Amino acid sequence: MVIRFDPQSLKQSAWHEYLTRFVLGGAVSVIAGLIAEHYGPAIGGLFLAFPAIFPASATLIEKHQRERKQRAGIEHSIRGRLAAALDARGTALGTMALAAFALVAWQLLPHYNAAWILIGALLLWLVLSVALWRLRKLLAHH
Amino acid sequence: MHPPCAGSIYHTCVQLLIRFFLGGLLVLVFSLIGDVLRPKGFAGLFGAAPSIALSTLALTVAEKGNAYAALEARSMMLGAIAFLCYSIVCCLLMAKRHLRAPVTTLGLLPLWGACAFTLLALVR
Repeated sequence: MVIRFDPQSLKQSAWHEYLTRFVLGGAVSVIAGLIAEHYGPAIGGLFLAFPAIFPASATLIEKHQRERKQRAGIEHSIRGRLAAALDARGTALGTMALAAFALVAWQLLPHYNAAWILIGALLLWLVLSVALWRLRKLLAHH
Repeated sequence: MHPPCAGSIYHTCVQLLIRFFLGGLLVLVFSLIGDVLRPKGFAGLFGAAPSIALSTLALTVAEKGNAYAALEARSMMLGAIAFLCYSIVCCLLMAKRHLRAPVTTLGLLPLWGACAFTLLALVR
């Protein structure tokens, strides 16, 4: 399956949906910082992997799919929920790469320059996510 | 205990504002990338992008040093495993039971918390 960009999909979202994501992301970051300040890095660190993007993305995917079906005259459809489930499956693969990001940061941050470690861990997350997605596709075809 | 002086309150507010804007910006950027990518299963990878982690770890390194940030990253691994459990359950409920996405994803957030804190208690 070919990976492609679809910039038209940005038009489906209203500006307040982007604002909601921005505020939600900012709020989680602040809460994670405050928790780390009060309860220490062990508890605060858990919130670095808080699902901040996924709930809003899955909700919007379902909403846009439902609206598309309604425009086509189909009132009741489960396509939106199935599309959100597909999104969740991709996210599950991404979480494995997220754990690898954390492992690299945990092991290497005390010894090397933080900027390079964070950039390297981000690239690892991206490469591993794509590799896991491709592997899943390969296994599904056999 | 001395009351915090105006300077330290100002410093804390500035730090929180920077945290808010950086975290919000990274979450927004990764969400937008996920929005424009197809197929949907691939775009879903970006639902687990390290947006909060990048902003928080970068600011923690600047404020408290690399060793402290590494301790946060260690716990983040447990948070990521909890996120894996949470997203698998969300996927199953939406695909098999056809539950609505907002109900499922928001309703199951306590599951993420329960998994994360249980894992932390187990490794401590």
